[in-house]
Amino acid sequence: MRQPDPKPAVLAGRNEILAGLQAILPARAIIGDPVALKPYETDGLSAYRQMPLAVVLPENEAEVVAIMKFCAAEGIRVIPRGAGTSLAGGALPMADAIVVGMMRMNRILEINFPDRFAVVQPGVTNIGITQAVQDEGFFYAPDPSSQLACMIGGNVSMNSGGAHCLKYGVTANNLLGLRLVTIEGEVLEIGGTHVDAAGYDWLGLITGAEGQLGILTEVTVRILHSPEGARAMLAGFAANEIAGACVDAIISSGIIPVALEFMDRPAIHACEAFAHAGYPLDAEAMLIIEVEGSEDEQTDMLRRIREICERFHPVSMRVSETAEESAAIWKGRKGAFGAVGRISPDYLCMDGTIPTSRLPEVLRRIGELSASYELQVANIFHAGDGNLHPLIMFNANDPASFAKAEAFGADILRLCVEVGGCLTGEHGVGIEKRDLMSVQFSAAELAQMRAIKSAFDPDWLLNPSKVFPLLT
Amino acid sequence: MITPESEAAVADTVRAASAPLLIQGNGTKSAMLRPVQAAETLSTAGLAGITLYAPKELVMSARAGTRLADIEALLAENGQQMIAEPSHLFGEDQTIGGITAANISGPRRITGGAMRDHVLGVRAINGKGEVLQFGGRVLKNVTGLDVGKLLTGSFGTLAVLTEITFKVLPVSEATGTVVVRGLDPVAAVAAMSAGLGSPFSVSGAAYLPDRREMYLRIEEFETSVKYRCEKLAARFPGAEILGTAASLALWREIRDARCLPPHEALWRVSVRPSAGPGVLEAVAAEGLGGFLDWGGGLVYCAGPATLAAHAALCAAARAGGGVWWLLRAPDALRTAVDVLPPEPPALAAVRKRVQDAFDPRGVFNPMKMQAR
Repeated sequence: MRQPDPKPAVLAGRNEILAGLQAILPARAIIGDPVALKPYETDGLSAYRQMPLAVVLPENEAEVVAIMKFCAAEGIRVIPRGAGTSLAGGALPMADAIVVGMMRMNRILEINFPDRFAVVQPGVTNIGITQAVQDEGFFYAPDPSSQLACMIGGNVSMNSGGAHCLKYGVTANNLLGLRLVTIEGEVLEIGGTHVDAAGYDWLGLITGAEGQLGILTEVTVRILHSPEGARAMLAGFAANEIAGACVDAIISSGIIPVALEFMDRPAIHACEAFAHAGYPLDAEAMLIIEVEGSEDEQTDMLRRIREICERFHPVSMRVSETAEESAAIWKGRKGAFGAVGRISPDYLCMDGTIPTSRLPEVLRRIGELSASYELQVANIFHAGDGNLHPLIMFNANDPASFAKAEAFGADILRLCVEVGGCLTGEHGVGIEKRDLMSVQFSAAELAQMRAIKSAFDPDWLLNPSKVFPLLT
Repeated sequence: MITPESEAAVADTVRAASAPLLIQGNGTKSAMLRPVQAAETLSTAGLAGITLYAPKELVMSARAGTRLADIEALLAENGQQMIAEPSHLFGEDQTIGGITAANISGPRRITGGAMRDHVLGVRAINGKGEVLQFGGRVLKNVTGLDVGKLLTGSFGTLAVLTEITFKVLPVSEATGTVVVRGLDPVAAVAAMSAGLGSPFSVSGAAYLPDRREMYLRIEEFETSVKYRCEKLAARFPGAEILGTAASLALWREIRDARCLPPHEALWRVSVRPSAGPGVLEAVAAEGLGGFLDWGGGLVYCAGPATLAAHAALCAAARAGGGVWWLLRAPDALRTAVDVLPPEPPALAAVRKRVQDAFDPRGVFNPMKMQAR
């Protein structure tokens, strides 16, 4: 993937830059040694690699401010990084850039149960927030599959979703405030512990901005009380169209389950081999449906959903009776990426969103593309909200195979836009989908977004090879 | 007043403008925030009509001038509703463009999210007269910067909204309300925090000081409403449970702030919920009455349009770590005071550059939000 040309003066001045960093940061915060830099050369999109000029690991906001002022003064590009779990290459370095890793800013600063918020540093993991509040029965709602590792700063930057956002919303819907350090080293306090912005919705703009506008040093999230319980059911169907029609029928009935996940036949087989969750191997498509509430409420809701599913002649249907059975059902889904990894060591995880009514057509056309590219694909889909995750399997040792996989992925995303959807539902544009942005946006729309970035980052030093197509 | 009937005509009007324009829908909120000095008014009232409604996909698109009341009527025919439950405090002629530009929500905002949380996409004209579309019609979308959120709540100062696409949800089968009487504001907020911090998905939590009554709302299937209301009521001695009809009437009254006394000026304050009672107390000394919604975090205040009342309200909002909006007042007060909290200099600088990025000639609603 093409990157902007490195700045020769920055590359040539590497020793002076490291010395400059040493003057403003403790030695333990600076990584310049090539061996120690190696882990930072890539992120969750490991097909792309690039060694950075240096990595810095600030431990407080003052250090972030110092780094930004230094980089702005020297014209050095900055790549913000959380846990490095981006599937879109959002944290891919540049040869002349300093990676600012936020993992050492990992403290929980305040938890307030009566007012239902937590103030945390960006390096706290997603699950870490829930773990800090669960003894009181609370949780932090967005739950991306990488939640054990991914950090809240990255979640905010990518506006991460998860399997339960049908009910609880994505990151943007669960935030109250931020502290953002601009490239000029100014600290912007956005929002607070109240809801709604008086003035522009900077919170909404910065969430999902993929590190284009600044570096986060503090995040205030809403916390919710957990429901009394949750239970999942499985239903297998004879065709993708039938499962899709069943999703429509559930939503039309007025039931919004807390999760509504769709897997096609290849995904069912991969996940069953991995998790032994009792997935129906004779089905063409399967739904995982989860409801919440008391035991009686769960039973009542699952009865309603079962009655709807039965109208679509399921090839199998199973309602979990215990928390263990529900966990097994989810184990297959949450482990889906790993499961596909067992079949094919390399895969690309795509992330388009489509209007749910177009699902059967989109899956049929993905199948046709799969045949013409001669690459296998497994489809996992947040069916309630239209977010599609095709996993394209390829062989990374064969450059031709990787090139085909990239082209296949791009065709899927073009298809998503063509049917009224978008390039990315929750993973972000990163570097992966940068060059497809003009499929979704006009030149004037891209120029408007670029102008917003320029208002925050006039010299384009922040993560400049991502999100926007390179200007030639 | 210019009232174009097509998006292209809006763009033409903007391109032709040589002096500031007052941007509005039906003008129901023209006394909100600062008065705008403009040579001409550009209204989007002529851009009316619902352009997409896919109930199974929970999505609707409407041109900016479409009346909220018309949208709600079509949704109701299909058993659906606006999730943010926008207030009708500004009457029945509010447009979806105005609701979006002012980010107007109602009681369900506390757990269901604000209008800004449900805007999926917008079409808008920037200050250069370019027709732009951001977001789309799908429920999950992180493609590019979230310009839809930036434009929501920007009061027509960045771009002219021409079409809004938003998420909708089914109306619940039943609604119930737990009423607890005889509470002072502090006890009421403690009760609302207990309700909102319960496992029962409370979808409204309000307190009316004049009645000394606190309300918790549940919207679910009939059996769940009964179960959850009984579980909640058991926590509060003497609590009463209202059925669906009484609940719907009560929450419409709260949504539209009908309990406020006749007034010259109207404010909205958003603070952390536990700070709500302090705001009520502080503004009472200046003759303002009010009530609490959003678990205590939203304080509507109404009373005399005096500088002293405004100053007391701002101080109380700040003390509660929050913010304020001057929603309605005579021009004299709106011109004289900070209708929104002033920005720190660094943020003001960014804001001016963002305004320049959208509206380089400064033609849209100049100084609607800030005097500078």
